[in-house]
Amino acid sequence: MIFNMEFETLPREALEAIQLRRLKEVVGRVYATVPFYRKAFDEAGVKPADIKSLADITKLPFTTKKDLRDNYPFGMFAVPMENVVRIHASSGTTGQPTVVGYTRRDVDTWAELMARSLAAGGATPDDIIHNAYGYGLFTGGLGVHYGAEKLGASVIPISGGNTKRQIIIMRDFKPSILTCTPSYALHLAEAAEEMGVDFENLLFKSGIFGAEPWSENMRLEIERKLYLSALDIYGISEVIGPGVAMECLEAKNGLHIFEDHFIPEIINPETGEILPPGSTGELVFTSLTKEAFPIIRYRTRDITSLSYEPCICGRTMARMKRVQGRTDDMLIIRGVNVFPSQIEAVLMDMDQVEPHYQLVVEREGTLDTLTVLVEVGEKAFSDEIRDLQNLEREISHNIKETLAVSAKVKLVEPKTIARSEGKAVRVVDKRKL
Amino acid sequence: MHAQQISVFLENKAGRLAEVTNVLSQSGVNIRALSLADTSDFGILRLIVNNNDAAVDALKNAGFTVRKTQVAAVEVPDRPGGLHELLEYLNGRGINVEYMYAFVTPTKNNALMIFRFDDTDAAVSALLEKGFAVIDGETLYTM
Repeated sequence: MIFNMEFETLPREALEAIQLRRLKEVVGRVYATVPFYRKAFDEAGVKPADIKSLADITKLPFTTKKDLRDNYPFGMFAVPMENVVRIHASSGTTGQPTVVGYTRRDVDTWAELMARSLAAGGATPDDIIHNAYGYGLFTGGLGVHYGAEKLGASVIPISGGNTKRQIIIMRDFKPSILTCTPSYALHLAEAAEEMGVDFENLLFKSGIFGAEPWSENMRLEIERKLYLSALDIYGISEVIGPGVAMECLEAKNGLHIFEDHFIPEIINPETGEILPPGSTGELVFTSLTKEAFPIIRYRTRDITSLSYEPCICGRTMARMKRVQGRTDDMLIIRGVNVFPSQIEAVLMDMDQVEPHYQLVVEREGTLDTLTVLVEVGEKAFSDEIRDLQNLEREISHNIKETLAVSAKVKLVEPKTIARSEGKAVRVVDKRKL
Repeated sequence: MHAQQISVFLENKAGRLAEVTNVLSQSGVNIRALSLADTSDFGILRLIVNNNDAAVDALKNAGFTVRKTQVAAVEVPDRPGGLHELLEYLNGRGINVEYMYAFVTPTKNNALMIFRFDDTDAAVSALLEKGFAVIDGETLYTM
């Protein structure tokens, strides 16, 4: 179902006319109200009046995570606090948190985008949405919540954690849409199995999973274990939160970016150079309609590519591929670029192993070593040492074949790899550079 | 004439073996025999216990990866060459031993050994044919 038929199916020409009008408006506004942007534009020698076409966006300087941190907490806000009705913040696990604000209209825009996303994932006003994204400073919980209400669906604001209770609610309330991180979806499947609850007997039709990178194989595993259609949603708090882009149920092939509100670009992360459609690089976003926290050419550090091919669902918006990694997750091991998602894909291709893994990078002398910890589930466990050693060798061989990097594989006991209710810890970098 | 053995995957780190014995003692399971095979990273603990179901449930609930394996408990003459005769015989019949370990019993003149064969059925019938005593599971667990 298409929630906003008028905007989601705009002919490209009309869409681009709207984008240009909005771009000029937002550039003028941030120049006038945010000292950081005024200084950055002045240093780059660009004035709002220089933006005459969409291509002129490249004249504007990039904004980085560091810029947001330097302006902690409210330095990037473009409206007085009296107009801000909501504040969210990133977890700050990689340093100082980044803080974002929303006006009443921003909250409404976000709800509209999440309603579009939920509808693209098959939700209707008749559905019950089990929302297991965390409620709080994290944008996931409240983002889905407001979108679900906008759509008119019934939302269970269960939030993250207390997994046993989640399973009981699922069994008793029979929700039809699940929203959570993909790793938590698998965690729910494990917990349900331990509690003797079979997802086959629940009424889920689709699941909308995001907030961490996952893979095509993980999609298949979730679909098999949870008996639902698993869809990918994208959003980061710096841009608005979940609902920046969403896969459609019809094609399940790339996430439609809601381009009437955001302009996406793909750049070479090393040089900043713009890459043509179809090329893989770092995703950059400019927000077009946000009032409290507009963002200009924000470097997301997410690696993906864009496609402007028409989609069978009827939406005319560009599609981004599933995020393939992050520029800062990218490990360079003996000169080879390695993304945790690639290791995951290798593991998911092997029937015997579960996709519960962790990469440990160490430096011995001047040489980097990669150790991949893989949990041994019942499928993989043989009573014989030889079989387990063969399994280690096979995983190591497959990693070498796919990634061209040597890795030592170490089998570990189940559930020993930290699997938080939110995001799994996939990389431990012990190198002291 | 088969016996069930429980195999547990263990990482080579401090306290894991004690955790297994803790779980088993908490659930009232008595260990009859055990053997530990290990590499530098991990090990496999093989156990003969008095109550397989209780042991498997308790270990799984504690988060261990566990499986049941079919083995045979065979009486071996307790004299020089006793084990050798048995192995020589099986070798002649083309049956392979994957691993084996001793079962401690304070009885009789025979030693009792646990064998994991590549083909348990063939091994057991060959042994019985030759007159070796193979102890069935139920007897074994309560010995």
